[in-house]
Amino acid sequence: MKYFPLIWATLWRKKTRTIFTLLSVIVAFLLFGMLETVDYAFSHPSNGITGANKLITTNKYSITLSLPLSFAQQIRSVPGVDEVTWISWFGAYYQESKNFVFALPVDSETYFNLHQGEFVVSDAAMQQYRNTRTAALVNSALMKKFGWKIGGKVPLHSTIWTKKSDGSLDWTFDIVGTFDAKDPTQASAQSTTLLFHYELFDEARSFGKGMVGWFEERVADPSQSAPISNRIDALFANSPNETKTQPANDFTMAFIKQFGDIGFVLRAILGAVFFTLLFLTGNTMMQSVRERIPELAVLKTLGFGDGKILGLVLAESLLLCVIAAVIGLALSYAALPIIKQGLRGVELSPTALIPGIAAAVLLALIVGLPPAIRAMKLNIVDALADRR
Amino acid sequence: MSEAIVSLRNVDKRYVRGKQSVDVLQGLTLDIPKGEFVALMGPSGSGKTTLLNLIGGLDTPSAGEITVAGQRLDQLGQGALARWRANHVGFVFQFYNLMPMLSAQRNVELPLLLTNLSSAQRKTNALAALTLVGIADRAKHKPNELSGGQAQRVAIARALVADPTILVCDEPTGDLDRKSADEVLHLLQILNREHGKSIIMVTHDPKAAEFAGRQLHMDKGALLEAGVAA
Repeated sequence: MKYFPLIWATLWRKKTRTIFTLLSVIVAFLLFGMLETVDYAFSHPSNGITGANKLITTNKYSITLSLPLSFAQQIRSVPGVDEVTWISWFGAYYQESKNFVFALPVDSETYFNLHQGEFVVSDAAMQQYRNTRTAALVNSALMKKFGWKIGGKVPLHSTIWTKKSDGSLDWTFDIVGTFDAKDPTQASAQSTTLLFHYELFDEARSFGKGMVGWFEERVADPSQSAPISNRIDALFANSPNETKTQPANDFTMAFIKQFGDIGFVLRAILGAVFFTLLFLTGNTMMQSVRERIPELAVLKTLGFGDGKILGLVLAESLLLCVIAAVIGLALSYAALPIIKQGLRGVELSPTALIPGIAAAVLLALIVGLPPAIRAMKLNIVDALADRR
Repeated sequence: MSEAIVSLRNVDKRYVRGKQSVDVLQGLTLDIPKGEFVALMGPSGSGKTTLLNLIGGLDTPSAGEITVAGQRLDQLGQGALARWRANHVGFVFQFYNLMPMLSAQRNVELPLLLTNLSSAQRKTNALAALTLVGIADRAKHKPNELSGGQAQRVAIARALVADPTILVCDEPTGDLDRKSADEVLHLLQILNREHGKSIIMVTHDPKAAEFAGRQLHMDKGALLEAGVAA
């Protein structure tokens, strides 16, 4: 600690250079924090499917291929399966394609039974939903976003499903009530969700009748998920519609990976940023030490040993990188709400920022070590020869 | 004669640069008694600074024995030499070599960072050293806010603050005008006479050398003669 004033003063020896170096590292760590958080969000999804007691059964070869609804009965018969429901991907937007709506046709009995206790929805709204064929239950956040009202009609455009009545892709629903996630951590994940009757969907669509996108199961004992998954898949082995059953979170991951290896893309961007940063900061540190050779020689003359000189230069590098990293990461933390808006349905965690500090320390060591070693090996007589 | 604070026996110093070898000091033998103020004079390239480096523990001889403050320097490694310098030697350079980003007081405190003194004690000692050299009122000033003479006084305070056994000064007035030079030399004289500091000073300036108690003349790596000033 007693060396801090010396290290601090040395760091600010060239104020302009230090400020610009700090800014470049801050921007790099702001980017790091944002991308790392997004990567974390995609690696730890929680898009409305909570708990370890949920399984998802999809077509073995692709989640875009449907499964017969009749499988539900067979899956329900598997020991350990408490409840089974079925869902299809509706692919909807409201008015414009940028207004994505996570509309799901669900079987009202089994779906709400499987997700018992996960939604806050009034009894009246639920009753109204059950009684109305074209009813929709809409998340409060979605209602607020588009200014929808209970009792109103909402037209949604499906990107997949045409109606057999008129061949149109436009579907209209009656908003009968709202719902919210009981678990606050799921609030963001469900903020774009709209639920409507599977029966309506199945009867009205022009193709795919009797087929579903995937099944969702609740198991009594989560520790038995693996054998239960195997038993479900064994039921349909060698059939035209072989299945793949997996924990809900794994399914979400697979779903997200349809868009590409997001983690790889993010790491590639970060790699490029830090590679550039290494040269920039490394060059600054080298230049800084080069300019201070006589001063470092004087410190050695006064009795500062090689280890202390190495430590002083490394500490300077650490101070620069860690301060900038903390500021950059704090800014990216402050930007979390903005990222969340852009990534609806994906939960974000500030813990994803922790690797940033480790990255800062690593960066400091990599850029600080070469000039620190150079300073340590400095020959006093040679270094003082130019200026005594 | 009092005990020798510096004792050199048959000291050689050879520098090797690539394939070239240069003998800077040859068979040099010298005793400097404790409490003496010695001026080392001679033309450029005569080996004055090399001799000063050896006495100050900044360099090691190619051959021979060097004993300073009772320690055989030629037997010490770099780490031990650094510790020895911190405890026994105060350095004053021609261009002051102060840290430009630190105040005068912080500059003077630098050698004390290597001790176990508290922050408050370091500050007290630094101010005491600055008071001793008559520049306490400039403690908060940075080197670029000081005149040459003032900066050299700060450098002398830095050299003194850890109470070294010996002061090693390389052309301490080489960058100063006559008036400032005389003030600095007078200060060194007081430190020698009133505080008993042993001082070895390299200088080209015969007027500066007159402030020393003894003048040693060097040429081509050897001592020519030893004179005693008034």
